[in-house]
Amino acid sequence: MSILDSTRDAMRRDQVWSFLQEHEQKVDISHQVLLYVEGLNLSFDGFKALNDLNLYINDGELRCLIGANGAGKTTLMDVITGKTQCDSGSVYFGQSINLLDKDEAEIAQLGIGRKFQKPTVFEAHTVMDNLELSLKSNKSVLPTLLAVLNGEEYDRIDEVLETIGLKGERMMLAGSLSHGQKQWLEIGMLLMANPRLLLVDEPVAGMTVQEGERTAELLTSLAGERTVVVEHDMEFVRSIAQTVTVLHQGSVLAEGSMDEIQNNQDVIEVYLGEAP
Amino acid sequence: MNYFIKICSCLLALLISSSALAELPSAAQQPLLQELTTVKLSKTLPVLQQLEASEGADMLPLFKTLLGGNLYFVREDGRLLGKYKAQGATLYADLFTGEKLVDLTKKQVKKIKVNNRLRGYLGEAIARIQLNNSDSDVRAEAVRSLFSDLDANTIELIRTARLDEQSRSVQDVMDVALALYRADNSDDATERLQAVKDLQGSLEPPVRNQLTKLAENDPSRSVRKAAQKGLDKIAKQAEMYSFVNQLFFGLSLGSVLLLAAIGLAITFGVMGVINMAHGEMIMLGAYTTYVVQLLLPEMIEYSLWIAVPAAFIVSGLVGILIERLVIRHLHGRPLETLLATFGISLILQQLVRTVFSPLNRQVATPDWMSGSIEINPLLSLTLNRLYIVAFALLVFMILLIVLKKTSLGLNVRAVSQNRDMAKAMGIRTDRVDAMTFGLGSGIAGIAGVALSQLTNVGPNLGQAYIIDSFMVVVFGGVGNLWGTLVAAFTLGIANKFIEPVTGAVLASILVLVFIILFIQKRPKGLFPQKGRAAE
Amino acid sequence: MSGFMSKFMSFSRINGDSKVAPFVVLLLTVTVLASACNLLLPSDSIFYVSTYTITLLGKYLCYAMLALAVDVIWGYCGILSLGHGAFFALGGYAMGMYLMRQIGDRGVYGNPDLPDFMVFLNWSEMPWFWQGMDQFWIAMLMVLLVPGLLAFVFGWLAFRSRVTGVYLSIMTQALTYALLLAFFRNEMGFGGNNGLTDFKDILGFDLQADSTRVSLFIITALLLCGLLILSKKIMQTRFGKVIIAVRDGESRARFIGYKTENYKVWLFVYSAMIAGIAGALYVPQVGIINPGEFSPINSIEMVIWVAVGGRGTLIGAIIGAILVNYAKTKFTAIMPDGWLFALGAMFVLVTLYLPKGLMGLWEQLKEKQQQSKNQSGNDSPNEKAEEGHA
Repeated sequence: MSILDSTRDAMRRDQVWSFLQEHEQKVDISHQVLLYVEGLNLSFDGFKALNDLNLYINDGELRCLIGANGAGKTTLMDVITGKTQCDSGSVYFGQSINLLDKDEAEIAQLGIGRKFQKPTVFEAHTVMDNLELSLKSNKSVLPTLLAVLNGEEYDRIDEVLETIGLKGERMMLAGSLSHGQKQWLEIGMLLMANPRLLLVDEPVAGMTVQEGERTAELLTSLAGERTVVVEHDMEFVRSIAQTVTVLHQGSVLAEGSMDEIQNNQDVIEVYLGEAP
Repeated sequence: MNYFIKICSCLLALLISSSALAELPSAAQQPLLQELTTVKLSKTLPVLQQLEASEGADMLPLFKTLLGGNLYFVREDGRLLGKYKAQGATLYADLFTGEKLVDLTKKQVKKIKVNNRLRGYLGEAIARIQLNNSDSDVRAEAVRSLFSDLDANTIELIRTARLDEQSRSVQDVMDVALALYRADNSDDATERLQAVKDLQGSLEPPVRNQLTKLAENDPSRSVRKAAQKGLDKIAKQAEMYSFVNQLFFGLSLGSVLLLAAIGLAITFGVMGVINMAHGEMIMLGAYTTYVVQLLLPEMIEYSLWIAVPAAFIVSGLVGILIERLVIRHLHGRPLETLLATFGISLILQQLVRTVFSPLNRQVATPDWMSGSIEINPLLSLTLNRLYIVAFALLVFMILLIVLKKTSLGLNVRAVSQNRDMAKAMGIRTDRVDAMTFGLGSGIAGIAGVALSQLTNVGPNLGQAYIIDSFMVVVFGGVGNLWGTLVAAFTLGIANKFIEPVTGAVLASILVLVFIILFIQKRPKGLFPQKGRAAE
Repeated sequence: MSGFMSKFMSFSRINGDSKVAPFVVLLLTVTVLASACNLLLPSDSIFYVSTYTITLLGKYLCYAMLALAVDVIWGYCGILSLGHGAFFALGGYAMGMYLMRQIGDRGVYGNPDLPDFMVFLNWSEMPWFWQGMDQFWIAMLMVLLVPGLLAFVFGWLAFRSRVTGVYLSIMTQALTYALLLAFFRNEMGFGGNNGLTDFKDILGFDLQADSTRVSLFIITALLLCGLLILSKKIMQTRFGKVIIAVRDGESRARFIGYKTENYKVWLFVYSAMIAGIAGALYVPQVGIINPGEFSPINSIEMVIWVAVGGRGTLIGAIIGAILVNYAKTKFTAIMPDGWLFALGAMFVLVTLYLPKGLMGLWEQLKEKQQQSKNQSGNDSPNEKAEEGHA
């Protein structure tokens, strides 16, 4: 964070007493909306991956994003988390933070967590180290070089280990975990960072039914505390859904509760019609 | 295979028909030639005049050798010899049959002396003979050779020849000669002015000298002014032609880079396999050329036609071998592939050093590739470079067609885009990998044949090109053949235009630094692949 | 003595068990013994170690330090630099410039102000970058700063625009190649293709004297041990964990909030500085520095030392460098032509059959032994984490 940015933050009225506030709370959600995505366009070699996409996500909401392959779900997440640059449009986090001019690391530090389709944990590190790395802390070079885990952070790690049920595997190498365990470890890593917005990409892919159920429980329990966006197949969505957004050919086709969606004529045509 | 046999037999037929015999002196000339070896220096001139009168054209080699002071004869039988130097040693050859006489010692031969009077005569006689030559280029050259010593005699000679001359270009050269003479010798200012006007538009170096002289010293102001105008025009044209010349050198370097990089564009660009031994594939191609010439010493003219397919096969096979034995096992581990192939490059280099010696080898250039096309006196394009530009473009086109139109190309593109899917479609990916790698390596071998015509062939030949080739591929955008083409020519031309300003070494450093900075700005090169597949 | 030893052991203790401390002790013991055998024993004793051997050992240790530098960046961060020879040579040139200035008027031309090659080129005054290089501390500062700065600029440009993998390797190779071309030029002011040589003394000590040679050897050993322990310590901090995380999943590391480019740049700078120090120690022992050190093949040879020893294990890099260079010395003495074959074969065989190097092989053998004793499962996970995965 540059000096200019921090002074700018310091001058904002709601930030005057910044030492009283948690680091993450500078996201301005005075209108209850956490994420604004407006007029997003992106094309790869003529193929329109995103087409004038608009999406608003409220604070504390559990939102499910569904859509057929190529509907733009993953691409949307890529744009929000800074992995891909969009051609035009705007993405705002809260009222004031423009996500488009930030890179992945800055966006992550703002409190947007991302879980990929394939579990990606650091296989050469222990479960413990994986969680330590994900701790919400100052992540610039020098502080990291001098960082030592304090008691509070140990407790936090223990707490998360409890939540994801990997307490016994604390000292195991992440590479030797089972597929489902890796998925949970990854979710655990996101929890460590205490994000405001959690983007989860196909969390139950490759899981057994039991594991999938546990994951659904985990995700539902997170909602309310923090916003979660999930995208996956209908079966899973039905079990956790509150509000569902259907994407089709890079733009929003329909939005509403699960029941509304299931009765929406357009959706039936393009999406449910194909579903088993 | 059938094709190959056909080509070979055609070549053989050509070879036999073309080895024409040298003209032997006629019966009338024999006694004169004998007299030449015995006559005193002061009496030589009439003998030469008789020779010229008898059958002048055949005596051209004799006159030329004599003018150069290289005419000898064998003391025993009076056989006439030419002396020439080859690889540091002095050799004698029969003037008319061209037979090399290796075991002659200095004592067995005697030189035929010339003096200045004879030299003057010989120069004119040669010009006279050549002015009557049937080849217009020879005639034009003969006139040019007279530019430096124009006098009443030579002018008369040219004037007579001008009357019968049919070729337009030779007429032009002759007119320049006549105008030059007038501009230099005429006392009449208007005549000089007219001569200066006639000289305008000519780019012959003597014209420039003459005009400079006139612009500075001529008593008439109008002549000085006209001469200055002519000079300015020449300067302007010279500037343009030097630009064209640099452009040509740039294109030539670009085509060398293209040849070197294009194989890499396949192995690295399309397959994603990094092959540090690519330079050695080029080297193998160059050595193949050397070996072909070694095996068929009497077929130097056609050696390249054999060397190109041979180099393709040799380098291609070595490439396939490397792919099968090493690279296949390192799939998906690019850094390890880099190291392993680097090891292979070391082994290949050392192998060549052991087999062929570490010294550079010279590869002969066939006659049809040496020489140059002279477009005008300021601009001549060397033939070998011209051929290599054309050859590089040809190879590029063929490759493009192979990739776009053949089933191998289709398979290659399929495998490079999605290996698993291609496998599922029943494509034998490992075979395609081997074939693609062989293709890339084979093309590197062809590049080696071309390079052998430009530089010496040595074990380090490939090393010199590997970094440049990578730069070209990366600069152009990986996986994009057109990008490679544009990048090669851009870098080649840029290099040649920076060179006169900074010197060769600094130019290549600057180009390297430029690419390093460019890659920072656009990591995917000039023409990046877009979309999710690119990641 | 034993008290000191146990203190030292606890300083260099690594989470779980580690071989760094015993290795350091072994290395220092050998160093002290060899030095003592050179200085104290008469030259006809069987245990006498010749000064030539001492210098050779010193050279190996410089290479080992260089291997350490390569391993830090390659083994731990997955960045294959083919340009570390450049940092090594730059450090060497900085030291060479100091040594050159120490010659004073004892050169062939006897010019008190200018080094011989400048006199030879008819230069009337010293270029600006030679000013102050007669001060030892300035020269030593340059040994660190010049490679560090180059690494910073290059790394900052490359890592920020996310040049990774093979591209980066090729870029680093181009970097050292460009420097090679540049240093060959006389106009650069570094002695052209002859480089810098004919050094007389360092800090007033005669470079040819046995005691100076032994001192240099000991200093090299001490610095190597110091850097080994420092590097190990760094790799155990959270910074080190981030570095390994970058190696195994850079985008993941980014998505949990680490600006990986900054991490890579600083590690690259650290590594370049180690290489610079190695170069600076190498030059007074070998007595010459020339542009040949920039040649790409040198840089790539360093990589094979690390690969042979086992990347991602700092000790492995050191052992690899010493072993390969010892083999090179022996080999070139017996059959000079064969060395390149052997080196080439080493590249191929190690990457194909020994991806974890000798240390990995040793690990494997130990594991097998343990399994045969039915004592599996005792391995501490940290041990495994130290081995490279990339």
